[in-house]
Amino acid sequence: MECQECHQRPATVHLTKVINGDKTEVHVCEQCAKEKGYAENTFSLNDLLSGLFNFDQPSSFGGEKAQSSATEAPKQLQCPKCGLTYQEFTRIGKFGCTQCYQTFDERLNPIFRRVHSGNTTHDGKIPKRVGGNLHLQRQISEKKQELHQLIEKEEFEKAADVRDHIRELEKQLQQEGGDD
Amino acid sequence: MSLQQFMNEAISPWMKQEGPDSDIVLSSRIRLARNFDKVTFPVIAKEDDLKPILEFFTQEYAHQSFKDYKNLELVKMTDLKPIEKRVLVEKHLISPHLAEHSDYSAALISQNEQVSIMINEEDHIRIQLYYPGFQLSQALKRASELDDWLEEKVNYAFDQSRGYLTTCPTNVGTGMRASVMMHLPALAMTQQINRMIPAINQLGLVVRGIYGEGSESLGNIFQISNQITLGKSEEDIVEDLQSVVKQLVDQERRARQALKERSSIQLEDRVFRSFGVLKHSRIIESKEAAKCLSDVQLGIDLGYIKNVTKNILNELMILTQPGFLQQYAQETLSPDQRDIRRASLIRERLQLEKQ
Repeated sequence: MECQECHQRPATVHLTKVINGDKTEVHVCEQCAKEKGYAENTFSLNDLLSGLFNFDQPSSFGGEKAQSSATEAPKQLQCPKCGLTYQEFTRIGKFGCTQCYQTFDERLNPIFRRVHSGNTTHDGKIPKRVGGNLHLQRQISEKKQELHQLIEKEEFEKAADVRDHIRELEKQLQQEGGDD
Repeated sequence: MSLQQFMNEAISPWMKQEGPDSDIVLSSRIRLARNFDKVTFPVIAKEDDLKPILEFFTQEYAHQSFKDYKNLELVKMTDLKPIEKRVLVEKHLISPHLAEHSDYSAALISQNEQVSIMINEEDHIRIQLYYPGFQLSQALKRASELDDWLEEKVNYAFDQSRGYLTTCPTNVGTGMRASVMMHLPALAMTQQINRMIPAINQLGLVVRGIYGEGSESLGNIFQISNQITLGKSEEDIVEDLQSVVKQLVDQERRARQALKERSSIQLEDRVFRSFGVLKHSRIIESKEAAKCLSDVQLGIDLGYIKNVTKNILNELMILTQPGFLQQYAQETLSPDQRDIRRASLIRERLQLEKQ
């Protein structure tokens, strides 16, 4: 598909505008998109990511100004293990090691929320060995939910069984915790 | 010997089996990103970090077997010529990233090419598993078993609240990317796909063309995958993706049926014109080849064309990529030369079908 504006380059920017229910489609090349102001909301994925990470600097695309103020910042957050600074992290959009997650922890929630539709904590698979007593903890919280539901449904006999099961699991958890 | 097999056959052995809904869903894939706990991630790691990992995999996993994946082959990227790496990328056995960052990277590939475990990619470990057709849950189950098998010997980077820790914040949590490759010619022909993509994006899923640049999708082949990896379980992510794919399959079937009923002769004409181009052209660009292959595949699926292998699109899309063409020619080819090669290769392949 060729660009609607210059009719020379291939159209790489595709926009659908809906204004008061009227729908128009625009297909232009990147150059024309910039000239005509269509490109205001289009970034490459990298810009998009580092833009997301740089949220605490008001103008992340401000170039020199933003950079110089960042380098002058008195305390630069830096990972003690791999040496990655927070600034580098926002620039490359990648963590350097496991430790980075702890080092930058307090700044991560807003980033994760944006990338993962509001989520900040894991709710999936737990590794068998490294996961440790996490399996037990999760099992207990699941059982507790079940207990609540049973009580609401007034199925007390079943609820008592589940309660006993929870007690057993909690005992197990305490024993395992003591071993560490 | 095995490397030769990976190089010579365009179609991986697993692709030859027919999966559910395989007229529309070409393949299902699960990818899991994992890292070693105490080792710097590959993006900034040095030789002393990455070399031991490669050695560990060479010692512990080369020629090992897991379930029906017997005798896993460890292919070191440094042992490959650039064209050979390109062929593996075109077969989706390794990622472009792995091919570009070759120093201490490798792939552990099963003989049927269903499993490829990439070592020292963006993350230390990337487990990748394919199934033919629409079989995401099976793929997830298998990938998870493979993951457990690796975990017996590897201390994974895992955090109670963040889950599996990955190099890129977009993978943290499950580290899982589930995807399907779909052939959607009728939805593309009727322009319906353009309206469906934004709706699918809103559900946290990504649609993109696999072949071709940017938003363009060559051969009407689309990849649908999950964007979110944190805060949802693997099973929930797969279920969400499945329900969207199911709807797309239904819509595509309906669109095909409508085309066949309303404009049968026009559709038949289009299919056979494309068939003619593929059978007789002497020079063909990848874009035109992809378009014609998509038409012919649709013609096969709708019964207009008989006596041609069912997954000709899949096979010829891979076979006519630049890397494969040059691997066959055993020399570097200019784009013009490739177009000539491509045309003759397609002609020869379709000739085979008549016998």
